[in-house]
Amino acid sequence: MAKLKDLAKVCKSKNAGPFEVTIDVMFDKRETYDKVVESGVINAELFARLYNVNVKDVLYTPYPAALALKGTIPRHVSAGDVGDTDVYGAQQHAPLLDVEIPD
Amino acid sequence: MARRNESECRMLSVSSILGYGFPEASLKAGLERAPHYIGVDGGSTDPGPYYLGSGECLNSRKAMKRDLRLMLMAGVPRKIPVVIGTVGGAGAEPHLQEVAAIAREIAREEKLSFRMALIHADQEPARVRTWLQEGRITPLRNVPELTEPIVSRAAKIVGMMGAEPFMKALDGGADVVLAARASDAASWAACAMRMGMPPAPSWYAGKMLECGTATATPKGHDSLLGTVRPEHVEVEPMNPARRCTPMSVATHGLHENASPTIHEEPGGLLDATDCRFDAVSDRAVQVSGMRWRTRPYDIKLEGAECVGYRAITICGTRDPVLISQIDSYLQSVRDDVAMRSSNMGVSPEKYQLVFHVYGKDGVMGASEPIKNFTSHELGIVVEVVAPDAEDARSVLAIARVVIPKIDFPGRMCKSGNMAFPFSPSDISVGPTYKFSLFHVVRIDDPYAMFPIEYEQVH
Repeated sequence: MAKLKDLAKVCKSKNAGPFEVTIDVMFDKRETYDKVVESGVINAELFARLYNVNVKDVLYTPYPAALALKGTIPRHVSAGDVGDTDVYGAQQHAPLLDVEIPD
Repeated sequence: MARRNESECRMLSVSSILGYGFPEASLKAGLERAPHYIGVDGGSTDPGPYYLGSGECLNSRKAMKRDLRLMLMAGVPRKIPVVIGTVGGAGAEPHLQEVAAIAREIAREEKLSFRMALIHADQEPARVRTWLQEGRITPLRNVPELTEPIVSRAAKIVGMMGAEPFMKALDGGADVVLAARASDAASWAACAMRMGMPPAPSWYAGKMLECGTATATPKGHDSLLGTVRPEHVEVEPMNPARRCTPMSVATHGLHENASPTIHEEPGGLLDATDCRFDAVSDRAVQVSGMRWRTRPYDIKLEGAECVGYRAITICGTRDPVLISQIDSYLQSVRDDVAMRSSNMGVSPEKYQLVFHVYGKDGVMGASEPIKNFTSHELGIVVEVVAPDAEDARSVLAIARVVIPKIDFPGRMCKSGNMAFPFSPSDISVGPTYKFSLFHVVRIDDPYAMFPIEYEQVH
């Protein structure tokens, strides 16, 4: 069992427009990417659970061209509105780091 | 001068946003490749709703003038059109007028003469209401439905133009095109399509060029050359310290998009699902296999409304007893502030009080999964937002008195619960906004929302 932070090269978040945040997990080896994809652990349900959003509002896309997995979630507060904590959405990736991927 | 039916279109993007800067040597290297167009993106919604709502520019006048001067001095004497979209950060009328004024100043100072096109993007609320009544407006994903009161409350509404207004301005003989809000890729797509390139590689090139060298490794605010040919796009950074690799270019598809492969643009959809990324040298990459599917013409509307005036103070605690009961302590602060504010005539429904507690959940708020934090100190930003600026300042002043003084169980720090780093400790931030429109309107005419004005600048 390895954590995603030990397998991925990049894990980052950013606004995709002011009403959504998009989170990218990127790998530097095809075999690691394939292993994580095949584990089936990363999917729309995972993003919904980690970020407490409705699964139907999550857009999840594996992107093999960049060895990347992408999840886009709605924001609880739109960028810059009262109560927002992260105008650029750049620090919302951490919950993914400890996700465990079976060997 | 760019002509139709050449075999390729070369476009030089100087940086990621006008005013972010770029090395002069990169521009010089780009000019040696004889680009047909020089451009840069001017803005984004990313820095938040304040810029659209207030009309203030994102970057300083000095920084924008520095970048624009170099671009005009490179383009104008060589008859290479200079094309910029979303000028000034948010691309509303005040931003367009500010950057146009800078261009006129530079022309005077450098004795440049050129024909300038200004493309406007502000939208009248009455017109937006009519579209709403006609059922032409739909929300984008995860955005609430639009209503007439939302339209009426907007401080500013802009439309996001597609490629057509840029092509029209260039066909109108513009040497310099300054456009208000535009799709980031539209100015580039327009330049390439105007030279006869197909939409798919033209729009794809736009997606690459709008962010300067974000496609390169290392990333940075620097110049990128994009070459569009009928079957593919080639990108190459102009700074020898950077290079594009198939991976660095593929990775850019993820950037600030909900989907890495499907990009919705005015009048069509760019599909990068089957793209191939091939190195053509150790610094340049060729991308092929993108597709363009036309669809009915939609224009995105962006609007911001003022939600009040903000006042803040910053403080921190190192007291372990207080930290162990931070939630109940802040609730008692909230209750006491409500009582005292009501006494001076500002009841709690007239303001919003927010505690940003760094060391606990200041970064992720309600989404923070770690509930049992172990910080030895907590930093707190106390924020008050109220429709009336004086109410915001007054309630914040009360909170600043209550938060260090209020009692809590087991309190030992009887002289004050909080450390304040600054005097004065109260900071008036001014008006604050939220994005209230993020919708699309179905229209038939790509030009009607974006009038073009021409002027001869000396």
